[in-house]
Amino acid sequence: MTASTSSHSSLPRWRRYQPDQQWEAYLFLLPSFAGFLIFVAIPVVASLALSLFEWSLLSPPEFVGFKNYTQLLASDLVFRKVLFNTFYFIVTIVPLQLAFGLLLAVALNQGLRGLEVYRLIYFMPVVTTIVAAALVFQWFFNRDFGILAAAIWELGSKTGLPIRPPDWLNDPDWAKPAVVILTLWKNTGFTMVIYLAALQGVPAELYDAAKVDGASAWQRFRSVTFPMVSPTTFFLMVIQMIGAFQLFSEAFVMTQGGPAQATLTIVYYIYQMAFEFQRMGRGAAVAWVLFIFIFIFTLVQTRLQRRWVHYEAGEDS
Amino acid sequence: MTTTTPASIRPGAAPGPTFKVGYLALHAALILGSVAMLLPFGWMLATSLKSPPQIFTYPPSLVPDPVVWRNYLDTVQAMPFGRFYLNSLFVAVSVTTLQILTSSLAAFAFARLRFRGREALFLVYLATLMIPFHVTMIPNFILIRFLRWFDTFYALIVPTAFSVFAVFLLRQYFRGIPAELDEAARMDGASSFRIWGQVIMPLSGPVLAALTIFVFLGSWNDFLWPLVVSNSHATRTIPVGLATFRGQYNTDWHLLMAGSVIALLPVLLVYVFAQKRFVEGITLSGMGGR
Repeated sequence: MTASTSSHSSLPRWRRYQPDQQWEAYLFLLPSFAGFLIFVAIPVVASLALSLFEWSLLSPPEFVGFKNYTQLLASDLVFRKVLFNTFYFIVTIVPLQLAFGLLLAVALNQGLRGLEVYRLIYFMPVVTTIVAAALVFQWFFNRDFGILAAAIWELGSKTGLPIRPPDWLNDPDWAKPAVVILTLWKNTGFTMVIYLAALQGVPAELYDAAKVDGASAWQRFRSVTFPMVSPTTFFLMVIQMIGAFQLFSEAFVMTQGGPAQATLTIVYYIYQMAFEFQRMGRGAAVAWVLFIFIFIFTLVQTRLQRRWVHYEAGEDS
Repeated sequence: MTTTTPASIRPGAAPGPTFKVGYLALHAALILGSVAMLLPFGWMLATSLKSPPQIFTYPPSLVPDPVVWRNYLDTVQAMPFGRFYLNSLFVAVSVTTLQILTSSLAAFAFARLRFRGREALFLVYLATLMIPFHVTMIPNFILIRFLRWFDTFYALIVPTAFSVFAVFLLRQYFRGIPAELDEAARMDGASSFRIWGQVIMPLSGPVLAALTIFVFLGSWNDFLWPLVVSNSHATRTIPVGLATFRGQYNTDWHLLMAGSVIALLPVLLVYVFAQKRFVEGITLSGMGGR
């Protein structure tokens, strides 16, 4: 306390530590802090405790120790499927979304006319309600009357090739790609806009210099554009990965987690456990497994970034 | 040099293809992509105006003939979409107002006031940013049941009236405002509350606008939490109402698509007219750490 007072003694009197500012500050914090405590901090602790119980809300909770976790990881075959599905979505959605976003951003950054119109169109799905989008795609993918299937049938009959539209939403092998396509359509505009902002910060001199050195367009992309936007790539990779871990509405509306649990995700499983099977403790345990996965993956990416993310001198990592 | 280039060429823009052909190819590719992006919207609109026999004919067409406007009347008669609009609007406006109010007050304290435990408390706030909503969802649901708030607007609004992320974003912005401004106001005898309301907040227009759009859109489109805590038309928001509609009219695609158009139209209209603000709001807030 004395230390903090003396360190400010060079400041004018009214800027020094003022006891009345203390209470004032708490007053300013009160609404936010009360909400934080009741709806975030306490629920975090409660969730951890809850995951050690079996509780249907109808009968009294029963303490089961780590059983919810051990059963999930050791003997729950559905959960294994859920984990596989979630990882499938991560390894497909994240790279594709980044690649498409960067490709579009580079294309739009060539000084083309109509940038605003293109951006308006590509970003439009980002602001749409996911429920409506998933509903349209369910109908879009319909094998008998959907427009996508019709286009594929046409292609098959016109070219004489043995091309048949898959039964997207009823075939376990095709339901996952359908969810991936919906997600790409919905979110690519977001990665595009973020990349576009990053590209506009790349100094034109770098390209000029590369051109003078006789670098081809591909070489310029590889050795100027890509390293210059790598901090953005890293940022997008992390948040898109977290988003893919939390995939729910797409599968809930379009495929209901099926067919044969092919699109059941971790968050969907939390929802099922808690609100369909009334197993609050098991649901909380799944949520903590989700958190641990997100935490580990984010940590690993943060560690790996030093190898490939290029930071400008003076910019903190 | 950059000042003389046309506005469409940004300072950082890579030198483009030198040949006209390159530009044409680029436009062709971008237009093809645009068609792919717009096709689901077109398909939705076309289906919403078809009669059931038209829907189940092959090959499918993007042009309804005849145009059946009645589908929209049937849709709003089958489901109270007007009520869902009002619910969504009420929830989104309340959540946005309360979240910005509570967060800006807290952010002001973190950025401008001296108090014991400031850094420690801020660290606790930050630490919870990592924790996904799904971890706290089940205890919150139990709390809502305990408070007898299930299926009420309290359940939809109160738990989301606070945001660690908004506090973080606003604190960062407030710290960028020169301290001399509020020091001058303080010397003139202004209270902290007045400095918050008359110095800091008016100077934070851009970040408040971005945050407003981000929070409003997030609340308007939110699905999981409203799905869990609302159980009647009286509280269902647009996304939950649409999902309920699907549950009851599983194969009536003309009605489901009309419902989807009704659900999307207001947001898309505002978006088309305020594109820049939307993109700024979502990217600025998105870059803040989401």
